[in-house]
Amino acid sequence: MTAKRSITVIVNGECLTGEAEPRMLLADFLRDELRRTGTHVGCEHGVCGACTIIIDGDAVRSCLMFAVQADGAEISTIEGLATNGEMHPLQKLFSEHHALQCGFCTPGMLMTAIDLVHNSNDHSPGAIRIGMSAALCRCTGYVGIIDAVMEYARQVHGDAAVTGDETGGGRNDG
Amino acid sequence: MDDSVRRESGGYIGQSVPRREDKNLLLGQGNFVADIQLPGMVHAAFARSPLPHAKIVSVDVTAARAMNGVCFAASGDDVMAALPPINGMQVVAPQGWRDRVDTDILIPDQPLIPNDKLRYVGEAFALVVADSRYIAEDALELIEPDLKALQPLPDAESALVDGAPLVHEHLGRNVAAFLHAKKGAGAEGLEAASHRLKRRFVHHRYAAMPMECRGVVADYDTRTDTLTIWSSTQVVHWVRREVATALGMPEERVRCIAPDVGGGFGGKGHVYPEDILVAWLAREIGRPVKWVEDRHEHILNAAHSRDNIYDVEIGFDDDGKILALTSSFLVDSGAYTPVGAGIAGNSIAHMLGPYHIENYETDCKVVLTNRTPNAPYRGAGRPEVAFAMERSVDLVANHLGLDPAEVRFRNMIPPEDMPYEVGLTYRDGVAMIYDSGDYPSALRSALAELGGLETIRQRQKDALSEGRYLGLGLGCYVEGTGVGPFEGATVKIDPTGKIMVATGACPQGQGHETIFAQFAADMWQVPIDDVFVTVADTGHVTQGYGTIASRSTVTASGAIKLATDEVHEKVFAIAANLLETAETDLELRDAGVGVKGVPDMHVSYRDIATAAKPGWGHQRPDGVVAGLEATSYYEPPTVTWSYAANATLVEIDPETGQIAIEKYVEVHDAGVLVNPKLADGQVKGGLVQGLGGALLEELAYDDHGQLLTGSLMDYLLPSASDVPPLAVIHQETPSLLNAFGVKGLGEGGAIAPPVVIANAVCDALRPFKAELNSTPVRWAEIAMFFDQNG
Repeated sequence: MTAKRSITVIVNGECLTGEAEPRMLLADFLRDELRRTGTHVGCEHGVCGACTIIIDGDAVRSCLMFAVQADGAEISTIEGLATNGEMHPLQKLFSEHHALQCGFCTPGMLMTAIDLVHNSNDHSPGAIRIGMSAALCRCTGYVGIIDAVMEYARQVHGDAAVTGDETGGGRNDG
Repeated sequence: MDDSVRRESGGYIGQSVPRREDKNLLLGQGNFVADIQLPGMVHAAFARSPLPHAKIVSVDVTAARAMNGVCFAASGDDVMAALPPINGMQVVAPQGWRDRVDTDILIPDQPLIPNDKLRYVGEAFALVVADSRYIAEDALELIEPDLKALQPLPDAESALVDGAPLVHEHLGRNVAAFLHAKKGAGAEGLEAASHRLKRRFVHHRYAAMPMECRGVVADYDTRTDTLTIWSSTQVVHWVRREVATALGMPEERVRCIAPDVGGGFGGKGHVYPEDILVAWLAREIGRPVKWVEDRHEHILNAAHSRDNIYDVEIGFDDDGKILALTSSFLVDSGAYTPVGAGIAGNSIAHMLGPYHIENYETDCKVVLTNRTPNAPYRGAGRPEVAFAMERSVDLVANHLGLDPAEVRFRNMIPPEDMPYEVGLTYRDGVAMIYDSGDYPSALRSALAELGGLETIRQRQKDALSEGRYLGLGLGCYVEGTGVGPFEGATVKIDPTGKIMVATGACPQGQGHETIFAQFAADMWQVPIDDVFVTVADTGHVTQGYGTIASRSTVTASGAIKLATDEVHEKVFAIAANLLETAETDLELRDAGVGVKGVPDMHVSYRDIATAAKPGWGHQRPDGVVAGLEATSYYEPPTVTWSYAANATLVEIDPETGQIAIEKYVEVHDAGVLVNPKLADGQVKGGLVQGLGGALLEELAYDDHGQLLTGSLMDYLLPSASDVPPLAVIHQETPSLLNAFGVKGLGEGGAIAPPVVIANAVCDALRPFKAELNSTPVRWAEIAMFFDQNG
């Protein structure tokens, strides 16, 4: 295949360089070249959201982007959430609310939630539920996940921001 | 986690102890199969059949093998020559069951890679190994298969037509198993019934679909002639056994580890060809080999489930008392039967559910077709049979103009009849006895949680007068859990005084390390952090069975207890020696042994472990052998019976047929709950999978045997916005069959939702006498009732 190129990215504040063919997915580059395996790959076609990371401030599915497109980008992943071994408040809430079982979707859930709570203007329960439907979990039925993200939104924006009807629940796309 | 939780409550069992599994997973430090990278590792990929049924004329891997970066390629012929099939590797039901249930079973052996013909879309016909997965997939493109399409058998009914082609010619038929069971007068019981109804119920095909696909890494060490396999599996000991057998190695020279496993739900509950092939490749090539399934491959090739057709006849009297029930059902097993007739056996045993019914007769055909193999998925035969049964109960109620809740109460086994002899044989070969429970109370609680039956019916009436359609859906089931044959555990006291526990259980997110630590901490009277648990590693416990069939809490706790009891004996003997006291005066306390009533007289486990050491200076009494370690196997007498009542309230949109679920309730009883928060999580997770099966998920095939739903864009998993408000209420009726009173609960949640939703929709559409007797429940079908009734 086409010759490999050198790619430099800043991952969780650390400047890292690796090599990738133009066709290499960003998710594979992070995991296999840079050995940052906290980000998971669940479908490789952009549906499940397990590979969600934050690139230059936006949540992105790293299985739908080539590594070469990320050259020079600033990337946040699950490995960067904790500070000096102290879990991020959202990570603590996930544990308290039993928002994970197998933990495979958790990297994408956490990064989706961080993006949703910090980058969106609507923090109503309904908006949180719909926002979190960007990532799939097969274990929990989302009960603990939604509770954890709502509590995190209250911590960040105050109780008043996280009120209103929880629309979204019980709908299905059948 | 400090000691305070235990001291305040008297024990860890029953406490929502935080999960010790969470930290690594939350920090991004989990270790899943795909995360493993070993020096010199190469990557396998499989060429898979585009045809459902095809003769293999030839498969040429020469060009693939010659490609730069490829180190190995093999066709079915190559694999067959190196690893000839070994008969009898398939699961066989116990003799006790085969004796009591009429059976005629012919299980086809599954080739690792076939060289004669291909039997489903996705079956492998060749493999390559290369420096990267990217190169391996490039090389797949160079493989030249010459396949001659054969007439496909796209479903069970087509496979039963006279003169239909055979999926496995040597079997001489397309039926892997005929099963028959009877209670009381069987079908003759229908004669006495003043009312009889006959219906066909269809439960469609869907699957476990864990978020992590399957994967295997294997590494062979030439010097020690040992293989280490990391597999995303629920059954490490089974993988070890099959790999050792296929490769002609002693089991002790094969170690299988399931590292962090990203969900299983039954889909990873048996050995797949890739488990054996990747191990073989590592030994053959002399380098570590990795294979990670991609999602498309998973949907084609990992086991599917459900896919049953039931023909039911139910006989009842004017009061709605069910007198007799017959069912004749087909299981579309796909091309192979990875767990034999296990799913059908479950269905036969679970049809009567929580009801007292004198006469029952059922027969089943497990049918071979050109679909992906069908293996247990959460519920394993129970959601299917619960759909047929609980729809039937509603039809009885509708026929007589009774409330479906009332018909259930009239037929339920009352709590005073517990333990209750069912009159059938479970698939472990033992006569079925429901050990404990209060079924009517569960249904009453479920109705109360929705506001009570009268209120619900009033609301429904009021709504209808406004042109709104509300429906109440009910569904009850019982579930045999904690099935044998056994589970193994090793318990040791480490020289540091810490308690080491290893079991054959293989979790995929259930929290086993936490709950087994709860059990052991109580058994040893230590802070929970003094207990170290190892799971899913054949290197730590000689024999194990694995985590399938809602069994690990029951069976592993039994094994941990037996091993602990054995070590306790030595600990007391040595402590008596050290404290110069009679054993009867001693008790376990404060991470050691003390003299009852004498606070100062105490020796720690660390001191006892030192005294127990072999060699000079030991302090064991005469007759006590060295070491503090035991391995035990718990063989449960039979299953223990969990059960639940489900209820939901839905509103149907007459324009679109859309179903809005106001609330979904499950009242569940799994005996004593070891960790209520984790138990709750299991049931809720199961409910949402059940709702997915009811409304969204479908593995659809066309008439030619092609799978139409090959991505997660076609196969719809429930997302957060699909989940209605859920309420789970736990009754805790202890099991009579084990020391802790526990029952299993992994699967239960997924059993009832399909029928509960169907019943709710039919209840809402009662003005139209609508019947929905198949899954998934589709909006379009609902909207049709409104169209037809103007």
